[in-house]
Amino acid sequence: MGLFFFYYLAGVIILTALLVVALRNPIYSVLSLLIMFFHVAGLYVTLHAEFLAAVQVIVYAGAILVLYLFVVMLLNVKREDRYHPQLPIGAFMGLVIVTEVLLLAFQRRESDLPAMPPPGSVAQVVGNTETIGDVLYTTYLFPFEVASLILLVAMIGAIVLAKRDLFEKQA
Amino acid sequence: MVPLSYYVTLSAIVFITGVVGVLIRRNIIIILLSVELMLNATNINFVAYSYYFQNIAGQVFVFFALTVAAAEVAVGLAIIIALYRSRSSINVDEFQLLKW
Repeated sequence: MGLFFFYYLAGVIILTALLVVALRNPIYSVLSLLIMFFHVAGLYVTLHAEFLAAVQVIVYAGAILVLYLFVVMLLNVKREDRYHPQLPIGAFMGLVIVTEVLLLAFQRRESDLPAMPPPGSVAQVVGNTETIGDVLYTTYLFPFEVASLILLVAMIGAIVLAKRDLFEKQA
Repeated sequence: MVPLSYYVTLSAIVFITGVVGVLIRRNIIIILLSVELMLNATNINFVAYSYYFQNIAGQVFVFFALTVAAAEVAVGLAIIIALYRSRSSINVDEFQLLKW
């Protein structure tokens, strides 16, 4: 049953990831990325990371993709967007890396692979919002503060970059 | 249960899709979307390993990766808007100022 869910989620994730790259209309790309984010959130739920699943839906699907859609509709881009002339090289390099990764991933026998632990034993520890908060505010307190600083810098930077006549008045 | 290598393979496929997207597309917005694909692939890896090792640190790092992704989107889209104002285009081939 877990394998069935994994195959469904993985299939949809791969399909929508390919559609993001392949579709010509940017709006369709953004929408298929939305579907992908929801299925990644489902994958997090099967891995007992419920807090991250909620954050994925709220932050990625709720905030980031809305920002993307806003910009796509604001710019009103024309649909014709031919592929880059580097397409054969890029596809070749991607194929080489895919082959290498697949070879590495399936180098071992199935029996040698570490089996995932049973779900019941971990559910109390991993994926608990309380546990994440506990670790985040004690062990990772300094990175947490740095992350807040990054968000502040990004906010100021976005305002400075997108404001039209910030520097023209001084000049 | 699902073996760990399945998650790693899924993450690798999504990551490489993102790499190929960055290489072959000419629309800056799609290039940023491909970067999002790559970030999500690493997040899948983090969560899978966090579950496997029963260590919560992987999920905390996903949290930080999400912060960086949000910052990247905000600044990146502001840059795109600034570029579109100056050139009326978001085709990467039009921006060759640093290319000789």
